[in-house]
Amino acid sequence: MTPFDYERATDASSAVARVVARPNAVFLGGGTNLVDHMRLGVAHPDLLVDVTGLPFARIDLMADGVVRVGAGVRNSDLAADRTIRERYPVLSQALLAGASGQLRNLATTGGNLLQRTRCAYFQDTTVPCNKRSPGSGCSAIDGYNRDHAILGASQQCVAVNPSDMAVALTALDATVIVLGPQGERRIPIGDFHRLPGDAPERDTVLGHGDLIIAVELPASRVAAHSAYYKVRDRASYAFALVSVAAALQVEDGHVQDVRIALGGIAHKPWRALRAEASLRGAAATEENFGRAAVAELADARALKHNGFKIALARNALRMVLRSLLAGAR
Amino acid sequence: MNIKMLETRAIGAALERMDGKAKVMGAAPYAFEHRVERPAYLCPVQSRIARGRVRAIDTSVASHVEGVIAVITHWTAPRLSSDENRELWVLQSNEVHFRGQFVAAVLADTLEAARHAADLVHVEYENGAHDVGFRADRADLYAPKAVNAGYPTDTDEGDAEAAFGAAEVRMDATYSTPMEHNQPMEPHSTIALWESDKLTLYDSTQGAHSVRTTVAKMLGLRPDQVRVISPYVGGGFGSKGEPHAHNILAALAALRAPGRAVKLALTRQQMFTLAGHRTPTIQRFRLGAGRDGRLKAIIHEVVEQTSRFEEFAEQTAVPTRLMYAAPNRRTRHRLAALDVPKPSWMRAPGETPGMFAGEVAMDELAVACKLDPIELRIRNEPEHDPESGKPWGNRHLVECLREGARHFGWSSRDPQPGRRSEMGWLIGTGVASSTYPRYVLMGSRASIRFSEDGRYHVRIGAADLGTGTWTTLTQIAADALDCAPAGIRLEIGDTDLPNATVAGGSSGISSWGWAIVAAARELRRKHGSRPSPGAEASADTPKEADDESFAQHSFGAQFAEVRVNAETGEVRVSRMLGMFSTGRIINPRLARSQFIGGMTMGLSMALHEESVMDERLGQIVNHDLAGYHIATNADVVNLEALWLDEVDGATPMGSRGIGEIGIVGAAAAIANAVYHATGKRIRNLPITPDKLLT
Amino acid sequence: MEASITLRVDGEQRSLQIDTRTTLLDALREHLGVTAAKKGCDHGQCGACTVLLDGRRVTTCLSLAVACDGASIVTAQGLARGDTLHPVQQAFLEHDALQCGYCTPGQICSAVGMLEEAKAGHPSFVTEGLTAAPELTDGEIRERMSGNLCRCGAYVNIVAAIRDAVSKGAMS
Repeated sequence: MTPFDYERATDASSAVARVVARPNAVFLGGGTNLVDHMRLGVAHPDLLVDVTGLPFARIDLMADGVVRVGAGVRNSDLAADRTIRERYPVLSQALLAGASGQLRNLATTGGNLLQRTRCAYFQDTTVPCNKRSPGSGCSAIDGYNRDHAILGASQQCVAVNPSDMAVALTALDATVIVLGPQGERRIPIGDFHRLPGDAPERDTVLGHGDLIIAVELPASRVAAHSAYYKVRDRASYAFALVSVAAALQVEDGHVQDVRIALGGIAHKPWRALRAEASLRGAAATEENFGRAAVAELADARALKHNGFKIALARNALRMVLRSLLAGAR
Repeated sequence: MNIKMLETRAIGAALERMDGKAKVMGAAPYAFEHRVERPAYLCPVQSRIARGRVRAIDTSVASHVEGVIAVITHWTAPRLSSDENRELWVLQSNEVHFRGQFVAAVLADTLEAARHAADLVHVEYENGAHDVGFRADRADLYAPKAVNAGYPTDTDEGDAEAAFGAAEVRMDATYSTPMEHNQPMEPHSTIALWESDKLTLYDSTQGAHSVRTTVAKMLGLRPDQVRVISPYVGGGFGSKGEPHAHNILAALAALRAPGRAVKLALTRQQMFTLAGHRTPTIQRFRLGAGRDGRLKAIIHEVVEQTSRFEEFAEQTAVPTRLMYAAPNRRTRHRLAALDVPKPSWMRAPGETPGMFAGEVAMDELAVACKLDPIELRIRNEPEHDPESGKPWGNRHLVECLREGARHFGWSSRDPQPGRRSEMGWLIGTGVASSTYPRYVLMGSRASIRFSEDGRYHVRIGAADLGTGTWTTLTQIAADALDCAPAGIRLEIGDTDLPNATVAGGSSGISSWGWAIVAAARELRRKHGSRPSPGAEASADTPKEADDESFAQHSFGAQFAEVRVNAETGEVRVSRMLGMFSTGRIINPRLARSQFIGGMTMGLSMALHEESVMDERLGQIVNHDLAGYHIATNADVVNLEALWLDEVDGATPMGSRGIGEIGIVGAAAAIANAVYHATGKRIRNLPITPDKLLT
Repeated sequence: MEASITLRVDGEQRSLQIDTRTTLLDALREHLGVTAAKKGCDHGQCGACTVLLDGRRVTTCLSLAVACDGASIVTAQGLARGDTLHPVQQAFLEHDALQCGYCTPGQICSAVGMLEEAKAGHPSFVTEGLTAAPELTDGEIRERMSGNLCRCGAYVNIVAAIRDAVSKGAMS
């Protein structure tokens, strides 16, 4: 690890100013991803501005039904929050599906959103990686890519986003509130994470010095009938092979409202807009669920080792909708 | 066999683990944790090529990092005295034999400085073209002179090819197991301290004396100039059965700071290249039988890997030589020498991968013969050891299969695959045999002294890696001396104690226990039943232990029930049962833990474990615990281990070893259960969802 | 860069001077001689380094000591009251929920922390009916403890030990 200075931020604006002032400064939340990467040599900041003491550790139910989650709320607290469990169960489940109890007690909402890919080649500074070292090549594309993307990838990068929470937030149309050098702004979750394109080194649209201060969940009837499903290689404590965050509202046997996002398959959580479009108003049947899944995965591209994810994603999508339908009855 | 048996009182009692209290309080010191004054920390630099030479190393930036004491390279490292062991030939030449090999090391006052400086050491290479392609069709496969534990490489009885060709029912399939890593929770660690011409190593090892012998030889020292201290070992499973490069590196680096303790712990990532591994295997298994399932031919051909610089040949086909009767049998091992680290022992080397193939093959034959898989095995039970013709010491495989079946509820099983399902999960059950040889290693010595405090001090350099040695040797000593366990004070894990053989081959209790019994009997002979304080005696594991007149093996039966998700391919083991025949159980509480521990490792092998080699890079891609999966708590639902009530007359304790048999056959039972659940025969481990998705 | 911090470790105030790069784990092990927290992987992937930090179970290998200034830490050593074991420790001993012992202190701290979480009504991924207070079934225990790897395979006994500790009032 390269040496660094450490400071505890006392307020958000000065935290932003501190980071903006030094090109190699970063914000420190729970540290569960940052410190990991610093030890691996993937990240080498020279100043850590600790933002865990800032007043962003609350979950507030606002008058208009919007829920505002402070960026400093720990993953475990967010998952256990009554309001979240009742109104956005998919978010609670997604959080609980991730990492371990100990890590969830440390990880923050903001930090989780900024979690970087777990691609083994990205994390290994002795091998080429365009995300880590633009232009050096992608070791995964012709390497061991069982964990990698089937949608939205580019020739530069086939990594996947590892966050479960972000998949749920994507299905819920959350908004990320950011304080930057130019002031506060709101970024819809769907625009927050990027596809790799020609700049895989940029995971999100944030710039240097942008600090996540909150995430807002819109009031949503359909969100109360939601679930998170995660397929992994072992029963717990593992990243998703494929995951699905879905919300479903059925009336008179027809889909009134539906939200779907897929995880483990792309550089960002994959909002399944095609599936949603095909389902809205349609009969809530196994057949239609299957059709929607096929439509969503139609452009999926297999690499050498991850072709199974295509069928797996289709199946998982169907399974979640089926179970939400059963739960709704 | 006329061994004088112990009368047992403490043996057989389910005493609580004696080191348990210290361990639950976090007070038991492991290697890296021994209190030393002002330690220095060592951080290695590893090669980034798999084959070639180091051309130049720029240490200028690294050596100027604050806190750095020395940056050591092969140009500056002290010279070793012996080049006999090429794995331990550390920093002695510019040759690189595998990616991840030590090419330099930084010694510093702090962990952080050492690590940071190591990142700043700049190494230039002459990159050779490496070859790590493990395949069964390589033209350069060769036959080693012998395989691990000294077994013959090939055996050939009768005319196996002809008998196979003529058989009414023929089964011919190829199985594979991946490269695996032991992954003890405690990384390999050593503290090295030179005081004038004496070296002390606080180590984590399965054999303090064998570390001493090897390290002394490599360093050109007399054994009495080296002391190895290892009272607590955080798991080994074979990977700590011999010294590895880190032991030598620490000793060499400590020469640069004489009088100062040098601490080195391998990172988890480093353990993938520097702590041994289990070779991947490709195994062709052929069985030829009559319609009644009686075997006419068994052919087991194994392809494995070894490193180029030092050979290790896993004895994968060896269990096949004793499992079932057939007049025509052929077994074969062939190696691919690759630019990889040297493979080493991993729990039940040979038996583990070999019995995976063999026991799935038997299951396939049972299906082909339309026979219950247990019945098939019973029909092929050999009366004596097929290979040597020797009578069995204690073979109770059939009883294990029958008793296990009874406990597991096997009789109600519908043999047709794919018949049971529940809420989208296909359910199936499987069975497999298990076996492990009974080894006694010669050369251990125990000394017993009746002390002023009224207790018998029993001293022997044995090892407890979680295997329960602290407790079981106490129980054996108590019965050997006819006193209560509280009347024994045991010391183990130190070369200042009498010589002990390595904890390997499940031989510990037999070898060390017998030495203790012999020493106790010697004490009684010399000093009677009421000795005075200071009375002492020593004895070695006696010659009668080295008796090969019988074929001595333990056996067992493994049962598994699995649930396979019909839409995702996820496999969950809903229950497992092991029924073992391993002689008298010294401590049922601790034995059960060993058995279920082995079975858990077998479950992990079946469903999760695989080290993936990226051939372009010559290195393992998934080199951490997030990428290399071992079973979590949630994966292990309902595991039970039972055993036959028996006494083996071949050791005075009546016992055989139990440390490894638990893993043997477990993966096959699970794979067979997956077949029964789904109708899909998966022959390549691990059984991950992608292999079951159509 | 150096920093001075104070930690309350197993009931004792400790002051230390550490590098900002020093993790809480290394601060405990190398600076304070508190080796009950174990280093298994140093990357948050095994749970052996788990302690209770301000009452919550956390992994210490990815926490910077400087960021924990002022925190109160309890390790397996501190759970015992002198020679008297904590009920969870006692249960581990009775059920042989350990073998090599290296993951054990982390398992125990994790179990104690986990029981507090369950007592506070926190759900887990396997909790049916997210909104009700979860019942600590074996399946719940397994899931909640899955952040602590055990290569010796003592899981079956670990679950039995925790179940036993709960039945003897460890959660009240």
